[in-house]
Amino acid sequence: MSPTQLDHTFAALADPTRRAILARLATGEATVNELAEPFAMSQPAISKHIKVLERAGLVSRSRDAQRRPVRIEASPLAEANLWLERYRELWERNYQRLDALLEAMQAMPKTPPRD
Amino acid sequence: MSADTLKVTTPSDNEILIERDFDAPRQLVFDAHTKPELMKLWLFGPDGWRLDVCEVDLRVGGKYRMVFAKGEVSMGMGGEYREIDAPARLVTTELFDQDWTGGETLCTATFDERDGKTRLRNRIVYSSKQARDGALQSGMTDGMEASYARLEKMLVAKAA
Repeated sequence: MSPTQLDHTFAALADPTRRAILARLATGEATVNELAEPFAMSQPAISKHIKVLERAGLVSRSRDAQRRPVRIEASPLAEANLWLERYRELWERNYQRLDALLEAMQAMPKTPPRD
Repeated sequence: MSADTLKVTTPSDNEILIERDFDAPRQLVFDAHTKPELMKLWLFGPDGWRLDVCEVDLRVGGKYRMVFAKGEVSMGMGGEYREIDAPARLVTTELFDQDWTGGETLCTATFDERDGKTRLRNRIVYSSKQARDGALQSGMTDGMEASYARLEKMLVAKAA
């Protein structure tokens, strides 16, 4: 994934309304009207959010003239998660060792501080 | 957040936020982050890596330097202490020798203690979105083979 695509993906995910839209779409496709329903937001405002998600490749809109349902696209999300997950794994390894160190430090009898 | 669960999030386009609870008073967690003899025992990345160099001059304006190594490969980084409020808060700059993240980052670590346990929150601010995403992509090269294989399995399972 190019850095630009990852930019779009993270920017898309940085907004709580867009994350909520993705959560809804994860359970099945929906029209813009259906997506707008839970939010106190105008349809154009929701459409703006959907455009951002479309540009990030996270959702796609069917060409069905009548309903044009919005559907989630898993792939860019999986890739964004992959980088974050790698980073998380790296730090989890470090912190597991720190857990062990902290346990050992607390098990030691108290000694006066050295220079 | 349940104890010992690591959370890594991206609160904005150019930030990474790391949150983790530890079963220890914050003085110990702070010491583990600032005393080289302790840092060498945990802060060295994926299995197989080690912290060959760890130098700390713990004062405002003081510098620190770390060199990670695995076999023949090494990765150096360092920075400066901007704010020190032991054991509650530490603000540092961080720059890798290879500078694959487009400039230095600003790291703000806070250590909050309650009932003898410590919540660490480390907010890393990059110079731009590209820098942040570049760090996520490129910093994790050698030594991640085992993790990568596991992640691939996870993604294949998700897609199925």
